[in-house]
Amino acid sequence: MSEPVTAMGGVAASGGIAGIREAERQGMVTLRGDLSAPAVGKAVKSVTGMAVPGAGTFAQKDGVALCWMSPDELLVLCDYGSAEGIVQAFDAASGKAHLLAVNVSDARASFQVSGEHARDVMAKLCPVDLAPGAFGTGMFRRTRLAQVAAAIWMPSDDSFQLICFRSQAQYVFDLLSIAAQPGSEVNHLCSTG
Amino acid sequence: MLILTCPVCGVTAEETEFHAGGEAHLKRYGPGSPDEQFEEYLFMRENPRGVHFERWRHVYGCGKWFHAARCTTTLEVFGTYPAQTLEPPAGLRKTISKKRPGWIWREFS
Repeated sequence: MSEPVTAMGGVAASGGIAGIREAERQGMVTLRGDLSAPAVGKAVKSVTGMAVPGAGTFAQKDGVALCWMSPDELLVLCDYGSAEGIVQAFDAASGKAHLLAVNVSDARASFQVSGEHARDVMAKLCPVDLAPGAFGTGMFRRTRLAQVAAAIWMPSDDSFQLICFRSQAQYVFDLLSIAAQPGSEVNHLCSTG
Repeated sequence: MLILTCPVCGVTAEETEFHAGGEAHLKRYGPGSPDEQFEEYLFMRENPRGVHFERWRHVYGCGKWFHAARCTTTLEVFGTYPAQTLEPPAGLRKTISKKRPGWIWREFS
């Protein structure tokens, strides 16, 4: 029996202006289908108990989160062990809806950036307005992290979580570590500057 | 640098989050059409100084294609509109006319 591991073995970097840590194993299910179709909304509701989140946001309930990726894609975040069950539940609930659910838990790497300068670190890497009034908890943004695609959101006011493709985990970890080097505070986005 | 708003997901971002897809509203003629039309489809492009219409893809975001109208000299973006459009929408053309009176792009003005 193979034992699933994260891309970087739970690596962490501290000592910089923000803490960088690889997240625990995370269950992920990609759901493709026209999110505006009532049948798809119904299937999502019956499996997760949540309505389809609006563009650029995510919703969570009972340890399951629904993230809006595009008008025809949702990312379901859940416990690693329950991803397969969610896929089967979607298969059963899809009915006549044109819907595809796939377990992609091992396709991506996930990192957490935390600390009062977390916004500084992320703003160095993403072409996104991360000012406190412009980006906050509840939002979900797919964007670019230096040269690779990523999706970012804020679990709390001073921390970010991001996902990237697993093959790019080392690159993303290096990026984050360098962007969080000691003494590299920008102080533009935090009031403590 | 261009600041574009994706009409699909509503995100406003600078151009490095997008990918340019060349000129907008190219028409591909069907089987039996003359070589000249195929040549036009393949090679003939506008190269305007001023108002231009292009296809863009929100490659690091929602991944969808859309259209954008912009000025090639000032990099002002007049607006973006869905990919499922065969010609520049009337409202947008009016907006451009206010800012660039007398503009012409292919058969549109």
